[in-house]
Amino acid sequence: MRRALSLVRRRLLGAIPVLALVIVGTFTLLEFAPGDAVDAYLGATGGDRGLVDQLRRDWGLDQGPLQRLGLYVAALARLDLGWSVAFSKPVLTVILERLPNTLLLMGAAIALAFGLGSLLGVVAGSRPGSATDRALSIGSLALYAIPGFWLGLVLIIVFAVQLRWLPSGGIETIASGLGGLARAGDIARHLVLPVSALGLLYLALYLRMMRTSMAEVWRQDFARAALARGVPRRRVLWRHVARNALLPLVTMLGLQAATMLGGSVVIESVFAVPGLGRLAHEAVAQRDTPLLLGIILVGALVVILVNLAVDVAYAALDPRVGSGKETAA
Amino acid sequence: MARFDVFAARGMSRRTVLGAGGLAAASALLPAGALAQQSPRSGGRLIVAADSEPRNLNPAIVASNGVFFVSSKVVEPLAEADFGTPDGLAPRLALSWTGSADGRSATFTLRPNVTWHDGKPFTSADVAFSAMEVWKKLQNLGRVVFADLESVDTPDPLTAVFRFAKPTPFQLIRNALPALTAVLPKHLYEGTDINANKANAAPVGTGPFRWGESRPGEYTRLVRNPSYWSAGQPYLDEIVYRVLPDRAAASGALEAGEIQLAAFSMVPLADLARIAKVPGLDVITRGYEALTYQLVVEVNHRKPELADVRVRRAISHAIDRDFVARTIFVGFAATSSGPVPRNDPQFYDAAAQVPAFDPARANALLDEAGFKRGANGMRFKLRLLPAPFFNETRQFGAYLRQALAAVGIEADLVNNDSAAHTKAVYTDRAFDLAVGSPVYRGDPAISTTILVQGGLPPGVPFSNQGGYQSATMDALIAKAATTIDEAQRTALYREFQQLVVTDLPLINVAEWGFTSVASNKLRNVTSNPRWAVSNWADVWLAP
Repeated sequence: MRRALSLVRRRLLGAIPVLALVIVGTFTLLEFAPGDAVDAYLGATGGDRGLVDQLRRDWGLDQGPLQRLGLYVAALARLDLGWSVAFSKPVLTVILERLPNTLLLMGAAIALAFGLGSLLGVVAGSRPGSATDRALSIGSLALYAIPGFWLGLVLIIVFAVQLRWLPSGGIETIASGLGGLARAGDIARHLVLPVSALGLLYLALYLRMMRTSMAEVWRQDFARAALARGVPRRRVLWRHVARNALLPLVTMLGLQAATMLGGSVVIESVFAVPGLGRLAHEAVAQRDTPLLLGIILVGALVVILVNLAVDVAYAALDPRVGSGKETAA
Repeated sequence: MARFDVFAARGMSRRTVLGAGGLAAASALLPAGALAQQSPRSGGRLIVAADSEPRNLNPAIVASNGVFFVSSKVVEPLAEADFGTPDGLAPRLALSWTGSADGRSATFTLRPNVTWHDGKPFTSADVAFSAMEVWKKLQNLGRVVFADLESVDTPDPLTAVFRFAKPTPFQLIRNALPALTAVLPKHLYEGTDINANKANAAPVGTGPFRWGESRPGEYTRLVRNPSYWSAGQPYLDEIVYRVLPDRAAASGALEAGEIQLAAFSMVPLADLARIAKVPGLDVITRGYEALTYQLVVEVNHRKPELADVRVRRAISHAIDRDFVARTIFVGFAATSSGPVPRNDPQFYDAAAQVPAFDPARANALLDEAGFKRGANGMRFKLRLLPAPFFNETRQFGAYLRQALAAVGIEADLVNNDSAAHTKAVYTDRAFDLAVGSPVYRGDPAISTTILVQGGLPPGVPFSNQGGYQSATMDALIAKAATTIDEAQRTALYREFQQLVVTDLPLINVAEWGFTSVASNKLRNVTSNPRWAVSNWADVWLAP
C-alpha cells in the first residue's frame, strides 16, 4: 500500500513541470494564431470601432501577452481556471458540463476496444497463421483504415436512418423528463453508435498487438516446456501465454487514453455529443485562450491519472514490477 | 409577391421540390393556398437543427441572423417584414408609424394589452429605453442608423415619438424596423450593466414563446407563451433547437425524422437534390427574400495595380457570374448586377450593370493599363483571401483564382479561419482581394453604403476595409443620408448603384437567400420574407 502511495506522490510531483510546460506551450501557440477572441466574435456579428475597443478592454485583451500569461498563472495558483469569453461563464463550469460526457464516451470506447480487441487477439493468437487469424487480422486492419467521421456517418445511415433502431446523435433524449434507471438506459442507447464508431477504430490496435505478442510467447521456453509437460493447451493458453502477452497491451492502454481524447473531436461532432473534444474545437475557433488552456490542463490531468492507474495495474499483473526492494528487505 | 422572388428567374416554384417523382411531386404541386386553408392545429414540439449557439441572445444588442434565429421568437420588434403590405411591413409591437415632413420625428402607436413574459405591462417607456440605451448605444447596426436619435418622448403609455438631431429619412427608419428594433423590458435592464445582464442569455420578451432552458452543446428550448397578445397563437407547444455541428449528421437526423426543420441552408446545397426525394421532406427556398446575402470581391485600393479602375473592370470582366450561380451555388443563387440585389423592389436599378463576363475585354483593359504579360504569362501577383463564412465563399475563392489566371493575374489563395480572416482583412488589411458575404438589409443605408464610404476607422468588420476613397461617392452617401423625400432618396441610391458599377470600389458577383429543408407536416414555413428569423407564432404541425 505504501508503495502505491509513494508511486502516486512521485507521479503527481513529476506532473507539475509537465503541466507548466503544457500551459506555456499552448499559450504561445495560441498567441501565434492570427486574430484574437474579439476578432472571432466580430466575424460573426460585426460592430464598430467603439465596440471593438470596449470588448478588448472588457476581455482583458488590451494587455500584452506576458502580462496576460502572468495573470493567468497567478489565477491558476489560486486554483482559478479563469473566465471563458466564448461562453460567458467560468471555465471550470463550462468544462465540468462537458467532462462527464467525454469520460463516458472515452471510457466505454476504450473498454470496448481493449476488451473486444484483446479477446479477438487471443482467438487470433491461439493458433497464429490459421484461417481465423488471417480473417480477423484483415478485418481489423480494414476497420483501422477507415476514417472516423465516415464510419460514424455510415453507422448513422444504417442504424438511425434506415433501420431506425437507435438515435442518430445527442447524449440523451431532449428534455425527456426521465430520471434514474430510465435515463441511464436512454443515455446508453444514445452512446451505442458513437462508442462503436470510436471503439471499432482502435480495436485493431489491441487485436494486432495481442496476436503478435501471443505468437511470440508461444515460442518461448516456458510455454513450450509447459506443453511438453503435458499441460492442456487451453490451460497454457490462458494462464501462461495470454497473461504474459497482456502486459504490452496495458502499456498501450495508457498511451491510448491521450489519443482517444483527441480522436473524439470528430466523433463528438458527427454524433453531436457535447464533450471536451468539440469544446476544444470551439475554443480554438473562438480564440478563447483560458478555455483551451483549461481543457488541455484537464486533459493532461486525465492522462496522468490513467497512466497512474495503468502503473498500478501493471504491478498487479506482473509480480516482477517494483517487487525487488521488498523481497530484498 | 413575385417582386421579392430571387429565384423566380431561375424557374423555381414557391415550394420547390427538386427532381422529385410520385407522391413528393404531387404534394409540391398543391398550391400553398390549399395548405393554408386547413385550420391550424395546436400542440406539438418542433425540433430544429442549430449549428451554432450564440453566446449573447439579446437581439437588441446583437442584430444578426444567428441570434434572431432563436431570440426572435421571444423578443419582438416594432414591425416585421411582410409580403403583402404597401410598405412591406406587418405590425408587431407597434400598430402604426408615421414620419414628420421635416424628418425630425417619427411617431409610433403601440399595441395595447401586451405583457412581458414576467407579467409586467409593456409600455412606451420600454420602447424609449430600448431605443436610447440599447439600439443607439450598443447595437452593432443601430449605432449607425440611430446615431442622430436625440430623445424618445412618451406622451402616453401607447405612444412613442422619436426625435432626431438631424433630418432622418423615415424610409430608412421603416426599413430598419424588422431587424433593428427588438424591444427589451426596461424594468429588467434599467440601472444594470446592459451588456452583462443575465437576461441576455435567457431573454425575456413579449413574443409567442418564452425562454425554457439551454443545455450548452445539446439544445435550447422555448415554450409556448399562454398569454400572447395574438389570441390562439402560438400553435406549437415548444420549439427545441438541437445542436448539430456536423452538416451531414443534420441531414441524417432529418431523414430519421428526429428533427422537422433545418433552416439557413444547414443541409449542404449538394445534398438537396437527394434529400428532396426523401418522402415527407420538402426543400423550400422561400421565406428568405429579405435576408439576402451578397457574394462580393472586396478590393484593397492601397495596392497600386488595383487602384487603377481599368484593372478592377478587368477583374469584373473575368468573372463568369452565370457559372458561379449555376455551379457553385447549384442554381440556388442569382447573379448580381450591382450593390443592390435584384429582389429589392424599392431601390434596385436594372440600368446599373457590373461589367459582364468578357475575358477578351479583360485582357485588353489590362494591356491598356500597362500590365503586360511577363515570361510566365502572368502580369502581376496578388493575395486572395476568401472568407470562411460559407462553403460557397471558399469555393468561389478557388474559382476566382482560376478566372484571374485566365486573364494573366496570378492570385495566391490564403484560406483562414474566421478569427484569422477578420484580423487579416478588417484590422491588418493584409490582403489584395478578399471574398466577402455582406448582408443586404432592405435599405442601402443600413449596412451597404458603409462598405464603400471613406474616412472610417480601421478594425471595423464589414465596413470599407479596402480603403476606397472617392469624394463623389462620399458626397452622394452623405446627401442620401439626410434626404427626406422618398422619391429623391430612391433616385440618389440609383445614382449610388451607377457609381458603384462604374468605379467598382467592390465587385458584386452573386446574391442568395437560403434554403430550408422541412417536414411536410410543418405548416406556414414561408409566411414572410424573413421567415427563419421571425416569431413563428403561426407555425403549426399537422398530424
